[in-house]
Amino acid sequence: MTLSNLLTITPWPAVSAAILLLLLIAALYFARGTAHQLLLAAAGALSRGLRVASHSIIRGQERLAARNREVLLAAGREAKERIVEREFARVADTVRKDLAGYPDMHRRLSESIQRIEEDQEEAAEVPPEAPGWAQAVKVVANLDARNAGAEILSDIHKSMVKAHAEAMDDYRKASSERHALLRRMMPDWRAIRETLGHVNKSVESVIGRSQAIDRHMEEYEAIVRGEDRALSVLSSSSIVYFFVSALVLAVATAGTAVNFTLISRPMAEMVGGTNFIGAYRTADIAALVIIMVEISMGLFLMESLRITRLFPVIGALSDKIRVRMVIITFLILLLMASIEAGLAYMREVLLLDEMATNALLRGDASASIVNTHLWITTAAQMGMGFVLPFALVFVAIPLETFVHSLRTVVGLTGIAVLHALALILRLLGNGCRHLGTLACRVYDLPLFVPLWIETRMLVGNGNAHATASAAGAGEPEAWKEARS
Amino acid sequence: MKRLLLLLASALALQSCAPPAARNTGVYLLVDTSGSYNRQVGKAAQIALYALTRLQSSDSIAVARIDTGSFTEKDIIAKATLDDRPSTANAQKRAFASRVEKFIDQSPPAPYTDITGGLLQAIEFLNEKHPGRKEILILSDMKEELAKGYVRDVPLDFTGFDVVALNVTKLRSDNFDPRLYLNRLDEWRVRVEKGGGHWRVINDLDHLDGLL
Repeated sequence: MTLSNLLTITPWPAVSAAILLLLLIAALYFARGTAHQLLLAAAGALSRGLRVASHSIIRGQERLAARNREVLLAAGREAKERIVEREFARVADTVRKDLAGYPDMHRRLSESIQRIEEDQEEAAEVPPEAPGWAQAVKVVANLDARNAGAEILSDIHKSMVKAHAEAMDDYRKASSERHALLRRMMPDWRAIRETLGHVNKSVESVIGRSQAIDRHMEEYEAIVRGEDRALSVLSSSSIVYFFVSALVLAVATAGTAVNFTLISRPMAEMVGGTNFIGAYRTADIAALVIIMVEISMGLFLMESLRITRLFPVIGALSDKIRVRMVIITFLILLLMASIEAGLAYMREVLLLDEMATNALLRGDASASIVNTHLWITTAAQMGMGFVLPFALVFVAIPLETFVHSLRTVVGLTGIAVLHALALILRLLGNGCRHLGTLACRVYDLPLFVPLWIETRMLVGNGNAHATASAAGAGEPEAWKEARS
Repeated sequence: MKRLLLLLASALALQSCAPPAARNTGVYLLVDTSGSYNRQVGKAAQIALYALTRLQSSDSIAVARIDTGSFTEKDIIAKATLDDRPSTANAQKRAFASRVEKFIDQSPPAPYTDITGGLLQAIEFLNEKHPGRKEILILSDMKEELAKGYVRDVPLDFTGFDVVALNVTKLRSDNFDPRLYLNRLDEWRVRVEKGGGHWRVINDLDHLDGLL
């Protein structure tokens, strides 16, 4: 039944429309209570469902946050333990080194001091002998020259002067010896000062390290207690590590790409240039495999050296096996690097061959002229081919940091996403609730006439008995609801 | 779920075992040596060498002449399938280039022009090589003149072929009536396209960039 049919229930469409409208309003009015209940129930159910979902997500977010917290604290604890362990190892090294040298140092100090004492005793100043009867000789010498004993006295005077000169010479000689002894003491003094300076440096180093250990221990205790400040520090550190390691890994990826370019062309000589595995050339896959093997060897080398700890099994191996593993992985790397250098040389040869062929085919004589400085690029390529595998070894360090920080960053991102989702669901829940009320109001909108009549009637009936309940009761509920 | 995984694994295994799609190219260059075109034969070297610079390992190339009866292997001047290893492929290219240059120096003019026979030979050669892409290059004025007794009214199957007419020179008669030239080219286009191929004409040999 179409609208045009409905409008033909009377000969006048306007009247038909009015009748239909009246019927519709009447039907809506009589179904009003049920419709309101339906709308409110539907909106309430939807709202409750969304709120339950929001609560569930919040619980999930809390669980994730707790787990992330545990992960962060565990990672922080482990990192601090490693740092403290290394600091203790350094202190132990310093102490062992210094204590091992202590008897020797003590002996050297004692010897130096003993030598200084001996020299000091020898260098004690002996006062010059006093001229005994010099005054008497002087009196005799001043007597009258014509006296008979004058010559004798003159001789005595000469002897005295000579004796005095000899005594002065002895004195000067003795002083010179003493000065020589004092000069000999100087290296001993310097040795003592140097030894004591070394001792001072060692002691200061130990003190510095002990202070660092104290600081790390405080941080470690804060982590063990699970303090929020420690957690915040660890969290921000983890994000920083994540981005820094991602940057370094990006650089390493660029290095890998360069390495790949160096060896992919000559690999075609080995495995053929037209074989494909899937959509990729076998030569490219082979070159990539070589690079991946190099990176794996680098990882194992770093693990064996206990620089990284990605594989606990390797870290737990005995020192003897670990050292063997270090040697083997290093030898494999060396072999790979040599192969790469050879392939890089081969690349240059192939490139020249291809250039010469193309020049011949194009009839371009100038292109076939060999550049005399070409050996520089060849050597550079070979050098890069040899060095890059060793450079890629160090990828293990940022990779470990990336893997560890990734857990935290993914956790934090997950928490943020869940939080946003919970908020959205909560908002939607509240929106649904209000939407139910709004739907009721919209439902009442075309019924304003019957609702107004109903209110008037109720007011009329109410006047008879309601003056008592008068003001407090106010307007009827339905009208209030409709007006609101 | 397990069944689905098994199915997926089987599909992957089958896919990996399937023979790989051919990615190589096969090129067959037909060089018209008839009296009306013999002066242009020198340009065949330019095209052959250009083709060689574009070809990679495992691609195939052949250069054949169009003469009185071209549906024969004897008319193939040089043919090669480039080796898998780039260095060997380069050596093959150099050897091929010298053979083509030698032919151009010594090519005698032919009294008739059997283009259809040459095309049949090219189709046969390239179909045997199973390349991923098949190119027939014709260096000719495209005027077919058959000797008495040669039947060339055979359907040509050009499915999967690109046929490129190069340096299609105008004959003296074409100058009097250009419709002859246009009709000649149009006839060949219809013939190639009817056989399922793709037809092109390149007259400017200094701009062969679109070729191969």
